[in-house]
Amino acid sequence: MHWVFEPGFFSSQPVHVAVVVGGVVAVVSGVVGVFTVVRGQSFAGHTLTDVSTAGGSGAFLLGLNPLLGFVGIGVVGAGTMDLIGVQRVRGRDLATGIVLGAATGLAALFLYLDTTERATTGATQQILFGDIFIVDPSTIPVVVIFSVIALGAVAAIYRPLLLSSMSSDIAAAQGVPVRLVGLLFMLALAVSVGLSSLAIGSILSTALLIGPAATALRLTRRVGSAMVVASVIGVGATWLGVLLAYDSFYWGSSQQSLPVSFFIVMVTFALYLASGLPVVQTVTGRRASDRPTEEEPRSPHS
Amino acid sequence: MTDAPRPPNDGGEILAVDGVSVSLAGRQILDDVTFRVGTGEFTGLIGSNGAGKTTLLRVILGLQRPAAGEVRMLDQPRGRRNRSIGYVPQKVLLDPDMPMRARDLVALGIDGHRFGFPMPSKARRAAVDEMLRAVAADGFADARVGNLSGGEQQRVLIAHALISRPRLLLLDEPLANLDPGNREEIIGLLRRIATEQHIAIVLSAHEINPLLPVMDRIVYIAAGRAASGTTDEVVRTEVLSALYGHHVDVIHVHGRVLVVGGPGESGEADIPADPACRVG
Repeated sequence: MHWVFEPGFFSSQPVHVAVVVGGVVAVVSGVVGVFTVVRGQSFAGHTLTDVSTAGGSGAFLLGLNPLLGFVGIGVVGAGTMDLIGVQRVRGRDLATGIVLGAATGLAALFLYLDTTERATTGATQQILFGDIFIVDPSTIPVVVIFSVIALGAVAAIYRPLLLSSMSSDIAAAQGVPVRLVGLLFMLALAVSVGLSSLAIGSILSTALLIGPAATALRLTRRVGSAMVVASVIGVGATWLGVLLAYDSFYWGSSQQSLPVSFFIVMVTFALYLASGLPVVQTVTGRRASDRPTEEEPRSPHS
Repeated sequence: MTDAPRPPNDGGEILAVDGVSVSLAGRQILDDVTFRVGTGEFTGLIGSNGAGKTTLLRVILGLQRPAAGEVRMLDQPRGRRNRSIGYVPQKVLLDPDMPMRARDLVALGIDGHRFGFPMPSKARRAAVDEMLRAVAADGFADARVGNLSGGEQQRVLIAHALISRPRLLLLDEPLANLDPGNREEIIGLLRRIATEQHIAIVLSAHEINPLLPVMDRIVYIAAGRAASGTTDEVVRTEVLSALYGHHVDVIHVHGRVLVVGGPGESGEADIPADPACRVG
């Protein structure tokens, strides 16, 4: 087995922290990611990663836990996007773009100050691309609390959110407060992006949010099962990435580990590509059972 | 239940629209619209595109506040959330990538507005199955809604609207984009629902002819104003000319009706450019 798990993998404390934090974060990203993809809010999700960059680099400057910066400013950014944006899709994209620009500008300033004033050249690398091996163990309870909040919010608004993702007209007619439900989801999305920024870096957090969810949506026919599959894929990719990064220290002769975020993102990407293979689609029954019957021979699509 | 082909219009009124006027962005959309709908009646809301049909339906639903007038359900003032109205909106775009089966969408009609995670139950599933059968959608209950044909999607959306047992069902242009065969089937289905379940149906359409055999009542909208009554009372040269504000001819050809507009001196948008096409 030692050629799979290199020496010290199971006794290493950074590995323990990475497995716990990565696992929890991947579950949140999977659940929130499915709704993000289904609602067509990937752009908003990506913008929140840039907002997170500003928050993380700002927290670094102030000597705070970066997670607080990631999540805190993400929630503010999500609220701002919702305030500016109207319910129309174009208004929403516009608001998202405006917030994106402002956040990236702030991030540029904070990262500049981080590297000049505090002379920590590692800050940029750590905030943008993350390093789950250096997450402080004391952060774990905070990660769990934020995760429970995000998952709890999605569970609470599950049905109205599903209905308004389907059609806001139908939802409104049925009495769903469409605007409020949309705002609550944006806040859950901000928390989720903040968590994955901690795990794999703010720039890469989109990959953990969208990748497993998009893969799961190819393989399932229900939102609920897509969430389960996305979580499993996310956790699997994260843990495999942690293992590969740990092992990479022993590859070659350079005695240096490669970035863990790189491995997580690449495993996620490979799984997405694999899910598109015809053989996978057939095995999961997605193709075969999509149209169980050929009703209505007169319909133009049949 | 009754053997009569038409519902026994027991005189019970379910919906009263009184003097409703709506202005949006400074433009008058509806001007003093008044009509009644009785229990189990099939009402056609007829008008060209942009005549104000969707706005009127939104006022009835309580999603749009009228500048004047009121809408009353069963002699109660309308609240914003009224579960005794079912609604099938216009042009619902169901995304083929949305992982939702027909039965999931119908189930959301029961409790989609409630907070919390859905708990599967036998009763819930049985109610969904029964409703899918009632609209002849049981054959594709487990298919993704986004992959269904237009006619199939309409059936699922009707099931979604009906499963909460409303007294009134509003449908906004449900026949648009359907081929004639599917159109007939949906109309037949709705007529049966109105008769058997005593649900009043208000259906908007820009074509009058497919609905002629089934309408108990017509509400004809033009230039924001409405005329209502039976088809024979409303679809007449004098009535529609008064409504349009200029002369139009109502012509009966082989059981079909054509409304032909003269050269519109007022230049209004609803003068049918191609009248034969507009009224079917």
